[in-house]
Amino acid sequence: MTGELGQLALCFALALSLVMAVSGLMGTRAGDVAARRIASGSAMGLFVFVALAFGTLTYAFVTSDFSIIDVANNSHTTKPLIYKISGVWGNHEGSMLLWVLVLSVYAALVASLGRGGERLTSGALGIQGLLAAAFLLFIIFTSNPFLRLDPAPFEGAGLNPLLQDPGLAMHPPMLYAGYVGLSASFAYAAAALLVGEGGWARAARPFMLIAWIALTCGIALGSWWAYYELGWGGFWFWDPVENASLMPWLIATALLHSALATEKSGAFRTWTLLLAIAGFSMSLIGTFLVRSGVLSSVHAFASDPTRGFFIMVLIALAIGGALALFAWRAPSLQGGAAFEPQSRETMLLLNNVFLVAACACVFVGTLYPLVLDAINGTKISVGPPYFALTFAPIFFALLLLVPLGPQLNWKRGDLKAAWRSLYPALGLAGIAAMSVLALVSPRSVAAICAFAVAGWLIGASILDIRKRKGARASAFAAALAHAGLGVTLMGVAGTTLWRSEAITVLAPGQTMQVGPYTLRFDGVTRVRGPNYIADRGHIAVMSGGGVGAMLLPEHRFYPAEGQDMNDTAIHTTGLRDLYLALGDDRGQGRFALRAYVSPLAPLIWLGGLVMALGGMLSLWGRLRVREAEPKPAAPAMAQAAE
Amino acid sequence: MNAKKKRRLAFAAALLAAGCVLAGVVVYGLGQNTMYFHSPTDVADKQVGEGVAFRLGGLVEKGSVRHGAGADVHFRVTDGKSTIAADYNGVLPALFREGQGVVATGAMDGSGTFVATEVLAKHDEKYMPPEVVAALKKSGHWQEGGAQ
Repeated sequence: MTGELGQLALCFALALSLVMAVSGLMGTRAGDVAARRIASGSAMGLFVFVALAFGTLTYAFVTSDFSIIDVANNSHTTKPLIYKISGVWGNHEGSMLLWVLVLSVYAALVASLGRGGERLTSGALGIQGLLAAAFLLFIIFTSNPFLRLDPAPFEGAGLNPLLQDPGLAMHPPMLYAGYVGLSASFAYAAAALLVGEGGWARAARPFMLIAWIALTCGIALGSWWAYYELGWGGFWFWDPVENASLMPWLIATALLHSALATEKSGAFRTWTLLLAIAGFSMSLIGTFLVRSGVLSSVHAFASDPTRGFFIMVLIALAIGGALALFAWRAPSLQGGAAFEPQSRETMLLLNNVFLVAACACVFVGTLYPLVLDAINGTKISVGPPYFALTFAPIFFALLLLVPLGPQLNWKRGDLKAAWRSLYPALGLAGIAAMSVLALVSPRSVAAICAFAVAGWLIGASILDIRKRKGARASAFAAALAHAGLGVTLMGVAGTTLWRSEAITVLAPGQTMQVGPYTLRFDGVTRVRGPNYIADRGHIAVMSGGGVGAMLLPEHRFYPAEGQDMNDTAIHTTGLRDLYLALGDDRGQGRFALRAYVSPLAPLIWLGGLVMALGGMLSLWGRLRVREAEPKPAAPAMAQAAE
Repeated sequence: MNAKKKRRLAFAAALLAAGCVLAGVVVYGLGQNTMYFHSPTDVADKQVGEGVAFRLGGLVEKGSVRHGAGADVHFRVTDGKSTIAADYNGVLPALFREGQGVVATGAMDGSGTFVATEVLAKHDEKYMPPEVVAALKKSGHWQEGGAQ
């Protein structure tokens, strides 16, 4: 019964999305109030029915209803409840349903907030209706999660143990909130092109911020998961799937900055529109890369070519349509306002140039192997050194410029004065560089540069915060986000440049040395988890003759899935991680043990969190100002937030 | 030409120049850092150069895994037609198993042994790296469903 209910809900949702598309687009005409009401109503209805479908599928997973193929293939009765729920999106069909659920949440938000005036809202709803309809068609015809299995098996096939992890349970919803969140700015941009109305950048800003915050958190979560789950001690592998989430983030970051200029000073009007289109295009391309099965990765659930083809057509239509609309309508829009070379606009322009260039490098490196494979079947992979050569210098140059932006005025600024006001930050950069030089050996230029820039960023943020003392909380958003960059940079530099590792085969009682730690192997015990059996290593971290801490890395076997997995153990001081993975059994109680010491590793994710907090401050300011001042075009809003 | 136009032109020229430099670096970077994927048969046929890094993919031959005294491991990678011996010094991923798919990064040494710097095993039971599937199909040893 549940399966049919879900199926029915999907069909209603499809019908409503079509109504929403048509009425939304009709509602862009000046007098058509009725169409606008229908569009808003169907946006709410769409959300209700997609949520119903999603709830139904979740219910089927929780109750282990194996008469549904999707549940039978991806769930198991012995799985803990949280992984039964996360199993809903741990597979292709369910994750596409989650995608549409997030889209419908954003549509409902756009309809209920109604930012930017009736016509703009209506146009945005129309575009979101088109997107929802396309993805619902994709789900119903190629990836239906409610297909039945007869006879139903007694037990399901289980979920990939790599995905049975709290970090990864939250990673896809977070990332989708970001990916699909960019659809709202995309919809607003397309609506602005249709209606020819300015002010869209302000209307769409909360959605940009939500998307950016979610992307930042999603990427951080994914990288954290890769760090502790894959057992390699790395935090970023330049894997195509990781790149697929990084590219929308880079464009979304550029969009946040460019839209700010458009909103505050009227600069870059058409460029911001183009970025909004590009941002969501990157999300779509990311969805294609991850979901079409062209990549060999833990994320590649689907290997059905019709799905890949369908998504490709969908991308072509969405991107092509939006670009055609842009080419047709953008020339008729008001041009961007002028600004002096020494101004905040110039800095934001440079920010955009660097971010887009960085994204282009990642894009080429990610897609080149796929294109080459498609052309002549040559199988290649692009290694991390490529990204170190291209992405890293561009991003580094960008970081150098970041502190200058907030110090310059809009329209006409004074670069010399800005530079002078940043002297204390320069001092902090110098101190950071000197302390690295004095405290760490062997010396490396990269480390000195990285820490100097981190000091520069954090110092400038402190100056910015001091300057704005007493202002509303949202005024500190940019300073916080930029400081977060500095924190992450220190983490990345510390981990990549100063990491030590040791791989040894140990018999019980033997010790090994890694970095400053002495580890004693106390043998292995067999333990039983809810749905796995594990060899649990007991490793004592020695300190001053005694045992400082016990670490328990595990090698787990999941019988339902017939699969092995490592569960790493991490001992952190907040500034340094000791990271242990238990390797294979070498007989007579001997085990291989892999140990890493990663200085400053926690800072990588702490910085991400700080950046996200910055975004949240800004978002909070936006929504609060709106409450206080309901008129959307009130000039006071221009001084709000940043 | 007024000052504003001049500035715009200068900016466009600078952007173009930067774009050219970027394109150059990207092309150079791709040329230096792409790694080819070879099956054991490719290695046997084409004589992949000594010391050239590439990715080797196939199945871990049954009964071929031997552990050395330390963390070193020796195994053979096969596509059913040709077999290449591989050495690796490190801890194998949890999913590494005899008779199953593997992709390893490394290079050939002088004696015809593949020295791996990184070993990746396929991610789950149902999944095979596409490169390995293609290699097995090419050598005629792919069994639909059977190798899963």
